[in-house]
Amino acid sequence: MTAVYNNNTADASAEVAVTISIDGADVIVPEGATVLDACNAAGVDTPTLCYAENLTAVNACRLCVVEMDGSRTLIPSCSRPAEDGMVIKTDSERVRHSRKMVLEFLGSGVDLSQADELGTWSEFYGADADRYGPAPARINEPVKIQDDLYIRDYDKCVLCYKCVEACGDDAQHTFAISVSGRGFDARISTEFDITLPDSACVYCGNCVAVCPTNALQFKTEFDLRTVGEWRPEEHEVTTTVCSYCGVGCNLEMHVQDNTIVKVTSPNDHDVTSGHLCIKGRFGWQYVQPTIERGPTT
Amino acid sequence: MADLKFTDDQASAEESAAIDAVIGDERATVHEHPRVIRGGTKRRHRMRHLLLPALHALQTESGWISPGGLNYICEQLQVPPAEAFGVASFYELFKVDQAPGHDEAVTHVCVDGPCRAGSAQVIAGIKAGGGHVHESPCLGQCERPTAVFVQGRRGPNVVKADAPNVLAQHGEPALRLLHRVGVVDPESLDSYRSHGGYAALDAAIAAGPDAVIASLTESGLSGRGGAAFPTGIKWRGVRDADGDTKHIVANCDESEPGTFKDRIVMESDPFALVEAMTIAAVTTGAENGWIYVRGEYPLATARVQNAIDLARSAGLLGDDVAHSGQRFDIEVRRGAGAYICGEETALFNSLEGFRGEPRNKPPYPTTHGLFNQPTAINNPETLLNVLPIVLEGAASYRSVGTESSPGTRLFCLSGDVGNPGLYEFAFGVTLGEVLERAGGVEGELQAVLLGGAAGTFVDSTSLDMALTLEDTRAAGTTLGSGVVMVFNQNADMTDTCTRIAEFFRNESCGQCVPCRVGAVRQHEMLVELRTGGPAMPDDRRQLHDDMARAMADSSICGLGHTACSAVASALTLGLIGTSQ
Ligand SMILES: Cc1cc2nc3c(=O)[nH]c(=O)nc-3n(C[C@H](O)[C@H](O)[C@H](O)COP(=O)(O)O)c2cc1C
Ligand code: SF4
Ligand code: SF4
Ligand code: FES
Repeated sequence: MTAVYNNNTADASAEVAVTISIDGADVIVPEGATVLDACNAAGVDTPTLCYAENLTAVNACRLCVVEMDGSRTLIPSCSRPAEDGMVIKTDSERVRHSRKMVLEFLGSGVDLSQADELGTWSEFYGADADRYGPAPARINEPVKIQDDLYIRDYDKCVLCYKCVEACGDDAQHTFAISVSGRGFDARISTEFDITLPDSACVYCGNCVAVCPTNALQFKTEFDLRTVGEWRPEEHEVTTTVCSYCGVGCNLEMHVQDNTIVKVTSPNDHDVTSGHLCIKGRFGWQYVQPTIERGPTT
Repeated sequence: MADLKFTDDQASAEESAAIDAVIGDERATVHEHPRVIRGGTKRRHRMRHLLLPALHALQTESGWISPGGLNYICEQLQVPPAEAFGVASFYELFKVDQAPGHDEAVTHVCVDGPCRAGSAQVIAGIKAGGGHVHESPCLGQCERPTAVFVQGRRGPNVVKADAPNVLAQHGEPALRLLHRVGVVDPESLDSYRSHGGYAALDAAIAAGPDAVIASLTESGLSGRGGAAFPTGIKWRGVRDADGDTKHIVANCDESEPGTFKDRIVMESDPFALVEAMTIAAVTTGAENGWIYVRGEYPLATARVQNAIDLARSAGLLGDDVAHSGQRFDIEVRRGAGAYICGEETALFNSLEGFRGEPRNKPPYPTTHGLFNQPTAINNPETLLNVLPIVLEGAASYRSVGTESSPGTRLFCLSGDVGNPGLYEFAFGVTLGEVLERAGGVEGELQAVLLGGAAGTFVDSTSLDMALTLEDTRAAGTTLGSGVVMVFNQNADMTDTCTRIAEFFRNESCGQCVPCRVGAVRQHEMLVELRTGGPAMPDDRRQLHDDMARAMADSSICGLGHTACSAVASALTLGLIGTSQ
């Protein structure tokens, strides 16, 4: 069986194609595609966490690892360029074991209660985050509520670097946040942990949009969750074009109980790649009355 | 000009002067005229590597990384403050909180390996005298426990160096790499020359790059920094790579617990390192050299800097190295307390002014190294070997050692032996012979840690093992960085292993999940064993095995790959976790 590559993130018109074997099936992808692209083309579902199609791969989470013939260690599929003749196994005992352990490790130290996809994968790989003794070290950070637009709950942070990339080189070029500290004590932080309003943050919300675990949340969502009223399954999503300037960003207005509760932009939109500015993201109060808010500390 | 935002904190006049002194006159943005500002991304990137030296200057001046000082650095170099804070907070020697007493010198006391036993008393003594103490991982002075390093404020950094390095093997004719240690005056180029110095550079220039690389390849020289990669192939790769500029880096970050060989070489024979790097430069076509020295090695740093300065004055560095027509110069950079920065790609990031996080490989340093340019990075011991190979040829070099491990190896003997210190033996010497030559085991042998914290324990059943790359690999152990740390029957192995686990917990960069969390879980498991032991239940052993496999398989770098190996070997040998 030969699957033909059809992922629009790589240059499908590239002249050089490489053939790579995924679980015994030959897959043809253009040069420059990753092993993950090849897995997708082969129809193999691969768990990822730090990877996003609109950000540079940092290959830090190691959830997407696969086994490659001739390599001593497993390789991160999200960032390894596919090369002619590679022989990849995505479901060997080693692969399943490492993926399970990564999920277990995360579950043992981080609050994954709002990371739905990770929960599904944890079940799939049989991860048991409870086998690490009575009191494994956890992140243990209080929620940071410093303004009316978003909250930061680093107890849920898996350190995927996505927010740092979205704030920095990959989208916003504001560089308000970075990884600080080292090892298990590493945290996403502003300089000297000053508050977001004091920092360089411009409130574009692009970090919130890329966060995979809900460690970063829009305040609207946080407030609704706090009172048990967050019901994403009921959301109606209306796509529109932002009216503030002439760039033409697509907006997706998420509406619950006839109220806008969140604004996103599609990752595959060729103007935004999923990223917005403060006006598109938060400047919708003029279409509805201000809703009740929880306290800011 | 980058659109940076700063808090209101201002640097003091002393702080800005200290920072200016290391970053020089160039600025990332220049106000040429009220309406003309020169700046831009390229210029900003070009200056970013000055971040680490600037942070050192600020730390030394103020005793911490003050917000005003950080703002000043960030303004001059146009680095976002959040990023610079992320860099500063990565390193042990930079303090980012204003703890009481931050304006005093700090005495770092080693709590690893052979220093562990005496450290509590030393620490108590310093505290009783009102001093500021920091418990440090291995300080690279294992032959003279208890090791201390004083990080001065506005004053010099010092290590205890009451006696010059004297080798037990002093004067032995078989020494190839250490024959000048304790013999040559480390501060004099003339003395170095009169002991055969710079003959190898002349020979290398006369022979030409291809001949030098051929000799290296034939000699079978492999890297001594831990990974044993063939040096000839590495240099060939850099020579053949395309790049705007090429770099030679000496990896002098030596932080593997139990290792002190590079320190002794730098302190006692610094010109040899400079000469070997220069040979690497004329062979690969590199114009830029960097020596990244461990931050806790002030004497080595000073000696190496002096050697560079004298070599430059003599025309052995600079625009026309020894009349070869090639430009090559070397800059010294100090690390700031992070074991992970010895990993080659973490070292590049650190030197470039970023957090010392390893990069994913491929691409490899030979094509995409420092500043993304072709780079030959080597351990000082590897580089030392180049001198006899160039001078005497590959055949003569191979006359000692074994077929697969030719030549000699440096061994760092520490712990319960009669004569701890640095030794040089031909590959193939047995472990038992090494211990004998180092004065024999004091007491009854319980275990030897081979290769450092990233290595494994062996016991008395391994005394006949030949110390070669192939024999150690076959036995499931490693020579690593040459560590031979000896433990007698009195050593508390559970405590030793708990400390090794703590070391990895503290030193993991935190980038990848398996290592960041796995290292913590391993340490917790050992603490549990130390308090609840002595036996380790089967399900805990299984869990350790599960963690070790995943960390070895899916971590980004060698730290995560090997973080469980010493503990795993202690469990297998029954040194810990059994009921007796
Ligand atoms: C965690 C870690 C720490 C390391 N520390 C050092 C070090 O201090 N010195 C060194 O030469 N190599 C160290 N290495 C190995 C380097 O990555 C690299 O392989 C070596 O510098 C290459 O030089 P060589 O080929 O001469 O051995 C370390 C590797 C890892 C994974
Ligand atoms: S806050 Fe979210 S996006 Fe940022 S590193 Fe943590 S999990 Fe990733
Ligand atoms: S293995 Fe450990 S030290 Fe290496 S990159 Fe991963 S977290 Fe960092
Ligand atoms: S998704 Fe590949 S390493 Fe995280």
